[in-house]
Amino acid sequence: MHPTDFTLRGAIDALSEGTISSVELTQAHLDGIAKLNPRLNAFITVTAEKALAQAKASDERRAAGQVGALEGIPLAIKDLFCTAGTRTTAGSRILDSFVPPYESTVSQKLLNDGAVFLGKANLDEFAMGSSNTTSASGPVENPWSRANDPDTRLVPGGSSGGSAAAVAARLALGATATDTGGSIRQPAAFCGIAGIKPTYGRCSRFGIVAFASSLDQAGPVARTVEDCAILLKSMAGFDPKDSTSADMPVPDFAKACERGVKGLRIGVPKEYRLDGMAPEIVALWEQGLQWLRDAGAETVEISLPHAKYALPTYYIVAPAEASSNLARYDGVRFGMRVTEPGSDLRDLYERTRAAGFGAEVRRRIMIGTYVLSAGYYDAYYLKAQKVRALIRRDFEQAYADVDAIVTPATPSAAFGMDEKQDDPVAMYLNDIFTVTANLAGLPGLAVPAGLDGQGLPLGLQVIGRAFDEETVFAVGRTLERAAGFDALPRLRAGA
Amino acid sequence: MSLDTATIRRIASLARIRLDESEVQQAQAEINGILGWIEQLQEVDTDGVEPMAGGSPVAQAKARLRRDVVTDGGQADAVLANAPDRQGQYFGVPKVVE
Repeated sequence: MHPTDFTLRGAIDALSEGTISSVELTQAHLDGIAKLNPRLNAFITVTAEKALAQAKASDERRAAGQVGALEGIPLAIKDLFCTAGTRTTAGSRILDSFVPPYESTVSQKLLNDGAVFLGKANLDEFAMGSSNTTSASGPVENPWSRANDPDTRLVPGGSSGGSAAAVAARLALGATATDTGGSIRQPAAFCGIAGIKPTYGRCSRFGIVAFASSLDQAGPVARTVEDCAILLKSMAGFDPKDSTSADMPVPDFAKACERGVKGLRIGVPKEYRLDGMAPEIVALWEQGLQWLRDAGAETVEISLPHAKYALPTYYIVAPAEASSNLARYDGVRFGMRVTEPGSDLRDLYERTRAAGFGAEVRRRIMIGTYVLSAGYYDAYYLKAQKVRALIRRDFEQAYADVDAIVTPATPSAAFGMDEKQDDPVAMYLNDIFTVTANLAGLPGLAVPAGLDGQGLPLGLQVIGRAFDEETVFAVGRTLERAAGFDALPRLRAGA
Repeated sequence: MSLDTATIRRIASLARIRLDESEVQQAQAEINGILGWIEQLQEVDTDGVEPMAGGSPVAQAKARLRRDVVTDGGQADAVLANAPDRQGQYFGVPKVVE
């Protein structure tokens, strides 16, 4: 077995049995990156030397009897997490040379548990996108391709496209990601892997480049549900440096994976049956519900009457928060600066931001500026906040009757790099099934569940009650086991 | 409602993003497309609904206040490490006062 074919759990076991060292495991992944990253572009920065030094230190700790929960496990870190001494770009020109002097809480927790960082994963600029085509470091390619059309390069989804592509191509055993409207779950589904956005407040946002603070949540992507559970256990937990961090105990998520679903009531939102939805996706959804019934769950139709307003609500709330958060990029304290001879301070701001931000980021800042501006605040932002309250209320009412909700993860499989690029709204529709969980603050897990007619992965989504990731993992694991998803992408390390 | 080019220029100015004349029309078309799509929210009856700003979905994890004390500081070099124009212990900017 090639070392890059381990699951994260399998690698933990192999390391503890001594059949492989962290240095060997890390080197195998670095070799895979050296071979495939020039094509996939999943990493913006590869920290090979640092990774090998961390792996060596990990092997030494293990020899001394100190074994953390992720001891010696090589991971990719989305380039939105600040890493002390390692460039962090957020996929933007404006942060092209930014080297954080501090570490994000989530990445620090992973280091504390013994993890090895292979490098910084590519992403849509400031995590704004669903195709990983807006990165200043160039697009990421999905390691999967269509069986009947292998030459068309596909997107990995976004914004955590580099994280998902790296894990799918076996360039890392797992990766950190973030999800503001679907940025963990949609790329996980497009790349045939699992990914969970936990409950808002579960993971600290400290040291993560902010996009929309009331929606942003960190979470893991990995090749199995259990691997996500192991990673989330290390990433989660209270942090006084984030005022929205939840002071709640972190359960043993991996243990919850094997709970089963007997007696659970699974909600099926009727509003998610969209007109014109691909028949393969409808069939996979129905199949997933049947698997859960076979495992002893009951499926129940529910109604989320305001779900259809979730995306337009999101496209007021998220740009509004982004326009405020991104005001800090002013060319003065850090990041890029652009001036002309004779530029005054205002001209410095305007030239820096025009040159430093890409088209999608500029567009969202402008939308956000408009919906917050005098005279329009009530009509747009306040209205969106009220609809957001109704969306949360829909879920609260549904959870009076069901334990979890199961939906498709995405409305389609991965699409070509040239598709959907001209119409922002068409791109936004990628997140139609995922965005409600962000607005309501609920946990959502994407699980690979099948292939479409062209051999591309399709995912299902499990949405849970607030801080009930355990049930989400139990349902996800049941779907995963029943699906027996074992298809492999064409581009992968060790192939 | 459709935004005219003057409004697009005003938004760009508020956002401190330089917009060349050639970019104004494209921005106008894209932003109007998005705002037109968002307009469907107006059909939702939100009378008497309390706006939701976000934050945790459960009461025991609500945002809290910490004691108002100094927790950090004395790190001028780290703070200035990424400055595009560092001048001693200060950030340099174009002259703003004659």
